[in-house]
Formats: sequence, C-alpha cells, structure tokens
Amino acid sequence: MDGMSFSEFGSVLIMQGFNGLSYFSVLLLMALGLAIIFGQMGVINMAHGEFLTIGAYTTYLLSVWSASYAPWFENYYFIAAIVVGFGVAFVIGYLVEWLMIRHLYKRPLDSLLATWGLSLIMQQTFRSTFGPKEVSATLPAWLMGSYSPKEGLDIPLNGLFVMGLTLLLTCSVAAIMFYSRWGLRVRATTQNRAMAGAVGIDTAKIDRLTFALGCGIAGVAGAAFTTIGSTGPTSGSLYIVDTFLVVVFGGAQSLLGTIASAFSIAQTNSTLEFFMTGSTAKVITLATIIGILMLRPEGLFRLRVRK
Amino acid sequence: MTTPSVIETKPEAAPAWRAYVPLAVLAVFILAVLPLCLDLFRLNLVGKYLTYAFVAIGLVLCWGYGGILSLGQGVFFGLGGYAMAMFLKLEASDPESTKIQSTPGIPDFMDWNQITALPALWQPFHSFAFTLFAIVAVPGLLAFVIGLAMFKRRVGGVYFAIMTQAFAAMLSILIIGQQGYTGGVNGITDLKTLLGWDIRTDHAKYVLYFLNAGLLLGAVLLGQIVLKTKFGKLLLALRDKEERVRFSGYDVAAFKVFIFTFAAMLSAVGGAMFTLQVGFMSPSFVGIVPSIEMVIFTAVGGRLSLVGAVYGSLAVNFGKSYFSESFPQLWLFLMGGLFIAVVMLFPNGLAGLGENISGWVKQWRGRQARQLPARGASRAATPPTDEPAAPNALRAKGGAA
Amino acid sequence: MSGARIVLAVENLSVSFDGFKAVNDLNLYVEQNELRVVIGPNGAGKTTLLDLICGRTRATEGSIKFKDMELTRMPEYERVRRGIGRKFQTPSIYENLTVLENLEVSYPRGRSVFGSLFFRRDQALLDRVKEVAELIYLDDRLDDAAELLSHGQKQWLEIGMLLMQDPELLMLDEPVAGMSVSERQKTAELLTRISNNRSVIVIEHDMEFVKSIAHRVTVLHQGKMLAEGSMDHVQADPRVIEVYLGH
Repeated sequence: MDGMSFSEFGSVLIMQGFNGLSYFSVLLLMALGLAIIFGQMGVINMAHGEFLTIGAYTTYLLSVWSASYAPWFENYYFIAAIVVGFGVAFVIGYLVEWLMIRHLYKRPLDSLLATWGLSLIMQQTFRSTFGPKEVSATLPAWLMGSYSPKEGLDIPLNGLFVMGLTLLLTCSVAAIMFYSRWGLRVRATTQNRAMAGAVGIDTAKIDRLTFALGCGIAGVAGAAFTTIGSTGPTSGSLYIVDTFLVVVFGGAQSLLGTIASAFSIAQTNSTLEFFMTGSTAKVITLATIIGILMLRPEGLFRLRVRK
Repeated sequence: MTTPSVIETKPEAAPAWRAYVPLAVLAVFILAVLPLCLDLFRLNLVGKYLTYAFVAIGLVLCWGYGGILSLGQGVFFGLGGYAMAMFLKLEASDPESTKIQSTPGIPDFMDWNQITALPALWQPFHSFAFTLFAIVAVPGLLAFVIGLAMFKRRVGGVYFAIMTQAFAAMLSILIIGQQGYTGGVNGITDLKTLLGWDIRTDHAKYVLYFLNAGLLLGAVLLGQIVLKTKFGKLLLALRDKEERVRFSGYDVAAFKVFIFTFAAMLSAVGGAMFTLQVGFMSPSFVGIVPSIEMVIFTAVGGRLSLVGAVYGSLAVNFGKSYFSESFPQLWLFLMGGLFIAVVMLFPNGLAGLGENISGWVKQWRGRQARQLPARGASRAATPPTDEPAAPNALRAKGGAA
Repeated sequence: MSGARIVLAVENLSVSFDGFKAVNDLNLYVEQNELRVVIGPNGAGKTTLLDLICGRTRATEGSIKFKDMELTRMPEYERVRRGIGRKFQTPSIYENLTVLENLEVSYPRGRSVFGSLFFRRDQALLDRVKEVAELIYLDDRLDDAAELLSHGQKQWLEIGMLLMQDPELLMLDEPVAGMSVSERQKTAELLTRISNNRSVIVIEHDMEFVKSIAHRVTVLHQGKMLAEGSMDHVQADPRVIEVYLGH
C-alpha cells in the first residue's frame, strides 16, 4: 500500500467494490431463485447450483456453436444465451419438480437430501458430457475491456453488464410477483394453499411453474457467471452455501432482505479479500454470518405472525 | 386395587433381552466373522468404515430420534481426528527423526512453511492425557455452544441444517488455508507411533481394529440404553410434537443440546480412531461433502436403528470402493440415486427392509403376531430400541422430516 | 365467590401481530376452584389469550400474574412447572407411545435431561397413572398405542396428561370439539369433577355444554371483554346477543 496516493487507493477500493458487485449479482440471482422456491414451497433445492451450471454450459455451447457455424452471430450470441439458458434451466426444473419435488413438499429435510442426490447426478452428467476440465465461453467483444471514467479507475464492462442484467431481472421478478395475476396466484398459494385450491387455483401447476422459474433464474445466473469465471462440473457448488446463507440471512420472505443480504455478504467477502488471503476472507465472512445468525436467527427482516 | 395385568407388567410383551439380539449379531459379525474372512488389508478398510459408523450412530440419535439433521458432523469427526493426529505427529517429530529439517523437533509441514517454532495451539498436544481429553471435549464444547445458540432460539429443521453446512465449509476452508498450522489440504500425515508403539505394523492394525470395533459396539449399547430411558421416549416425542413436550414442562432446548453434543462426541471418537487406523487425517473428512455422505450411511441403515447405521456405513462404503474402482463414472450416479431412493422409497433403510422381511416371514408362517392389531401396534409403538424402525414411527412423523 | 383467592390476574394485556391487536387491553381474573368459560365469535382472541397465558405467544403489553408471579417473561416450560396446563384445540398427544407412556411422560418428575435419563418407573407413578386413567375413562386402554384411540378419547388423554402434572390452572381449548353427545356428557362430568380443587378455563362454542359446566362466563369480542357473569346473565346481555349468540 505504500506509494499509493489517496485517490489511487480510492480507485482500488472502487474496483474491488465492483469485483464484489459481480459476485453480488450472481449471488443475488441465485438467491432470488432459491428464495422463490423456498418461500413458495418450503423446499430446499441443494441442486440449485447445478442449474447455474446448466446456464453456464448452455452459454458455452452457444459460444462454441456460433464460433463454428455462425460467426456473424458471435457478438449477439450472449443475449441469446441468457434467454436460452433461462429456457433450458426452466424446462429441466419443470421436469425435476414433476418427477421428484412434488412428492417432497412439507418435508424440507427430505427435500434437502433428495436434491443433494440430484445435484450429484447432475454433476456427474456434466462431467461425463463435457469432461472434468473447465471450459470458457468466449466473451463477445462488446463486453470486453473496461469503462474508465478516470485515470487509474477501470471498471470492467462485463461486471457492469452483469449488474445491469441482475437489476433488470430482479425488477422483472418483483413486478411479476406483485403486479401480475400470475404473481397473485403464486402469493395466494404460498399464504393459504388450501384456500387457493378451493378457489380454483391449480396449486400443483403453480408450484411447478414457480420451481421452474426459480431454476430458470439460476440459469441466467449461470450465463452471467461465464463472464467472471470458467465453467466446470462443480461450478455450482461454489455458490450454493453462500446462496443458502443469503436466503437465511435475508429472511426468505422478503425480497428486500434477500437483496440486502446478498449485497452485504458479497461486499464483505470482496473487501476482506483485499486485505487478506482468499481463504481467510471467506472464513471470516462465514464466521460473521454464522455469528449474526446465531444471535438473530430470523435474519435481517422478520414477519410477526400468529403461528 | 390395581389391575395386575395392566400395571405391574411392562408394556413390552417380549423379554427385554430380545432387543439386544441385533447388537449381538452385529458383534459376532464384526468381531469374529469379518476378521476371519478378510485379509488384513480389507479388514483395515472395514475398520475405517466402522469409524464412520460412529458418526452414523450419532445421527441416528440426533436425527432419527431427535429430528435434528446435522449436515456438518464432519466437523466433529475432523476435530477428534485432528486432535489425535496432532499428538501422533508431535511424537513422530522428535528432534532425532527430524534432524534434517531446518528446525528440528517440529512437524515437517511446518518446516516447509517456514515456521520456526511450535505454535502455541500445538503445545498441549504433547500430552496424551490432554489429547484424549481434547478429542471429546473440543468437539463437545463446540457442539454445546452451537446447540445452545440455535436450540434456545428455536432454530431447527432446515435452517439448522444449513448452518451446520456453513460450519463445515468454514472449518474445512480454515484448515486448508492455514497450511502452516494444520498441514493444509494434505492434512497431517506420516504418523508412526502411539506412545512408542508402532501403529503401522500388522499386529498393531489388528489390535486397533478390535479396539475400534469394541468401542463401536460399546457406543451402540450405550445408545440403546439411552433410548430405552424416559429420555429416549422424550426424544421421539419431541421430534413429532415438540410443542406438547414443551408444554408438559420440559426444556426442549436442553434435550436437543444434549443429544447433539452426545452425537458430536461420538463422531469425534470415530475421527480419532480413524487417524489411528489409517495413519493420517485431512480436511477431506471435514467439509460439506463428507458430512452429507455420513448422513447417507445413517439413512441407508435406517435412521431409527443404531445397529442398522453400522450396517449402512459398511454397505455404502463397500459399494463406494467397489464402484469407484470398477465403474468410476457410475458411482456418483448411484450415490445420487441412493440419496433420492432413501428419501422417497426406503425411508426406513435396511432396517426397515429387515422388518418388512421378518413381517412377511411371520405372515407366511401364519403367526399370531399380525392378527391382534392392538397388541401388535402397541409393540410397534413403543419407541424402537434397536428394533428396526416401526413404519408407523416414520409415517406419523410425516412432515417433521 | 367473593373473598376467594385470585389465582390468575390478567391486566392490560395486549398482543399485536404486525399492527393487528389480537388481544386488546384485556383484564381477566380467575379465582381458585373456578370453572370459567370463555366464549366469543371467531377471531375474538380466545385462543390467543390462552397462548399468552401459557407462553406460546409473547405479549406486547400488560401483565399476567399467576399466584402473584409475573409470567410474561417466563419461558413456557417454566410456566408449566409452576402449575399451568394447556390443552390444544387439536388433540396433541404422542401418537407413537402407549396411553400409559403418554401419561408417564407427563408425570412431573424427571423433567431435566439427567432426570429423564435416570428416571425409574415406580409404584407411585403407576398408581397415579391408574388414578388419572380412571378419571379420563381410559383405564382399560393403557397398553394401547395412542394413535388407536378415537378422537374423543384422544381429547381425554390429553386432559389426562395435563392432570398428571397436577396443575392449579388448567386451560382447555375446545375440549369437546368433534365429540359425540354421550362423549360430551362424560366430558362435562369429567370437567366438573376435576375443577373441584383447581381452576379451569375452557374455551367452547357449544352453548349447552357451556351451560352445564360454567361457574362464570367471559365473552370476548375483538380482543376485548364484552361481558362477564353467570351464563344466564351473559345470555341475556343484548350486546352478546348482537355479536355472538344471535336472535
């Protein structure tokens, strides 16, 4: 830190902050998906990380495909990848819900174990299909490089893009949840399943779509993830514990809580990383979260209801 | 006066010793049958699997009976294992053997990491008595604190499980990151002697195997005794109707803390025995993945059966080594499938299968046992000691999983 | 009944869920050996009142004094040990245990972790179990699994479990819900018998039943007390008729 001027230090902090923001974006997308699933159905999806990997591998495939067959598409494939990644993850999530998850409602511990088994199967599928080595999607040209508003302050474009994407998706999800008819049905089913069924809402279908939506969002997180790291069969597991903690920390009921907790966890981690080794930063972040949760298990936001 | 038939006799119609038959069978199996049939190499493997069984037994108590799913038992296994490893490593790092190091008298990995003096954390592990104490006390204390913080605040179920995962992740990252203090990702290796006795000889391996098996059987017996007491009944009660137990005047948190701590200490003993038998300890037994695997041993064996948990540990691990050798790609599919199957199809595991089979046998022989629903049901309903899980028990639990 | 000792004194009790006051500045006094019935329309706060007294819900304001001990800061199991028993609306018994074991587990001894580990079933316990079992009409079902009992019998079992604790204040939430006519009659007899040396609070909707057991009736409405007195007095009260009993 010697030889750095104050403004240089500030730049470093901002850049470090933006590193945190990319991580924050992916984490938030993951947590959003998981919170929707957990809040809606009480199901803990330990395979959620693998849906991220689905999105990432889809992006990779599209990148390879467009490089070989459609070079004119190369600059735009990424947008398509986001949509396709969502779609593939959505469809697979839909199937998974129908085959397995719907038998496990009201049994959160069992769903935990069963989805862990699913994640093992999915990881092995990735390994057998794509090989154990990590692969990278080529970043389209317009995402490379950085935005330099100031001398010495380089904000990577992909980081900004990912953040923008996350913001867009978060707002869309919020909009759907709170302003659409479908969102209304979802919220009704969450709050009073029996009654929702009694007024003609197809709760099974709602659950399936909700689960698929959660997975789809994870797929988008996967596409975003390819801009900050390479993809391997176990990429999903990098985020899963943190995602759970975000959901628990933020209180699964609240969207704002989820956002706030993803932000604080990601930023704490990156900031600490600047001052110490990666593993120590991780340990301290985890320890802090655990410590706070042990003192205040309901998370940051709490709803008081008669049981 | 009181009606003799109802009050004076115990509700269990079967003689009390019947409940210990499965344990006796297990004892014969691991103390006689296996040592006679297997070569030393395989027997050593069995010994290793039996150390995992300590964790599995703990999980039967705290998960099967208490409803507390811990996905971080690797933490306690590891802490016990590392305590033993530290003692053995110090013994193996006496100045004479390490004279080629830049700093003799300290473990080799510390030397490689340019550490020049034994860290304070390691100092007490020169003493065997302290080590023995630390093996159970450190994990026990940690479990006690975690349990107290969580259960007093009514944190349970899924949230608790996730927290234990976070602990497991944290500890394994910590161990890996602090290479100088812990040996890092390779762990603590090259262990030679225990109080002068070479643990690498064939003779030693046999002795350790029997010691381990004996301790394990003792743990199962202890667990069975605990489950037969009022405490055991209360565990089962609070798994299903926690509120009612609270409103019967019981401090539910205290019960949960106790069983969680007990399970942690059992796991720690397993970890220490592992270190002795296998000769090293590494963070690969501490993190999330190994901790969840330990849950599958219990689930496969039947989460309400202590004896079943031992068989489950043996079965899954044999399967793992067989398949990883022959069909490595297949193994993870199988294990994933196993998790799903055990949750959705066989919640009672092997033990439940055992009971189904014996039920069919009885049916086929046309015995009385199935015909008197009241008597049969009351037998099934007394908390299974080590009788294979009464299907009622798990079905009634339903959502509490 | 004036001059009798007041066993439960609820004063200015309020609880608020996200702004909604389920119980609103409520005052209630129960005397020793009194059988008080609490009635009122749904949502009046009856169950919430019991929740507050036994500790299932924490009050936001006010005080609950039981035998001159302030309860509001006490954990549930502590309140139970002081002598409060609560029966829930849906029978809350241990399905996997036998009737005998259900009653045994409720015996007020061996309640600590170590106490329960070393607890021995002795003759005193068995005698008490027999005594209570007779009261609740289940003395011939002691060896049966609790899940085999009929709904009404499960309600009785739960009452029996509470009696084992020998509480001074017994609180029952809709004890005859789902019972046949003859079962209700038996329950009324049971309640009258057991209120001889303890105080009982009952929440009920069946007016015939209430009439047959109540010493005094309290009517709750929207978290506040609407009327209180003997059954006749309350039934004649125009506000009560308006809000609850109907014309």
